[in-house]
Amino acid sequence: MITLNHYLILSAVLFAIGLFGVLSKRNAIVILMSVELMLNGVNVAMVAFSRYIVPQMLTGQVFAIFIMLVAAAEAAVALAIIITIYRHRENIDITNINLMKW
Amino acid sequence: MALSIAFWVLAAVAVIAALGVMALRDVFRAALALILCFIAVAGIFVTLSADFLAAIQVLVYVGAVAILIVLGVMLTREVPHGNVSNRLVLPALLVAVVLVGVSVFVFTNPQTQWQISSAVPLAPTAGPLGLLLFDQDKYLLAVEIAPVLLLAVVLGAIALVREK
Repeated sequence: MITLNHYLILSAVLFAIGLFGVLSKRNAIVILMSVELMLNGVNVAMVAFSRYIVPQMLTGQVFAIFIMLVAAAEAAVALAIIITIYRHRENIDITNINLMKW
Repeated sequence: MALSIAFWVLAAVAVIAALGVMALRDVFRAALALILCFIAVAGIFVTLSADFLAAIQVLVYVGAVAILIVLGVMLTREVPHGNVSNRLVLPALLVAVVLVGVSVFVFTNPQTQWQISSAVPLAPTAGPLGLLLFDQDKYLLAVEIAPVLLLAVVLGAIALVREK
């Protein structure tokens, strides 16, 4: 029998894998992919709560739709920034992009 | 029973594909693993009786975001190193493991009592979702702000990558 806990643990695992990628990768595009993984984990948790706690109200699903909207917007802007950086520096290694580092 | 099998298969595929994004050396293959993970998450949505959301997941993530990412990988093809890690691998691994451990501890703790409802979930969710989203007492304002955000994003992306 699959319960809410199964979905929440799956969501936590996806979120943690994404977090590991954001903290440890050097390629900017891989970091962007990790952020998308984290947002997917959050979506799984939202929909699972919606299914198991308020099955008739769809609240979590509406939130998940807005998360997807923001994720798509974020991916578009992030890729535009990455391509601009690549044009200027021929490189998208995050450890070398330290112009604004304090 | 069929739901349990579907959940375990889809969860395994999603987690293995997510680990593949971290482990594969070639960024392009990592992007393909990410697409597999998105599809598995869409299946997870189906097991949660969120059919409309599964369709949106396939359309937006598999259809749009994944294509954008693959395009980004191709436009930055000459980057020499591929999918490499920085010096923070061990601390990041520690943070991730601690996060999963704390989450599992909290979720499986007997003191954590979710108020599970036994009501039957809505079967086709597209109609009720539309009624919710376009109800002016619920989410209509957010739905009207969303296109403004998307317009700003499109203009910003074009302005960033435009040739001077």
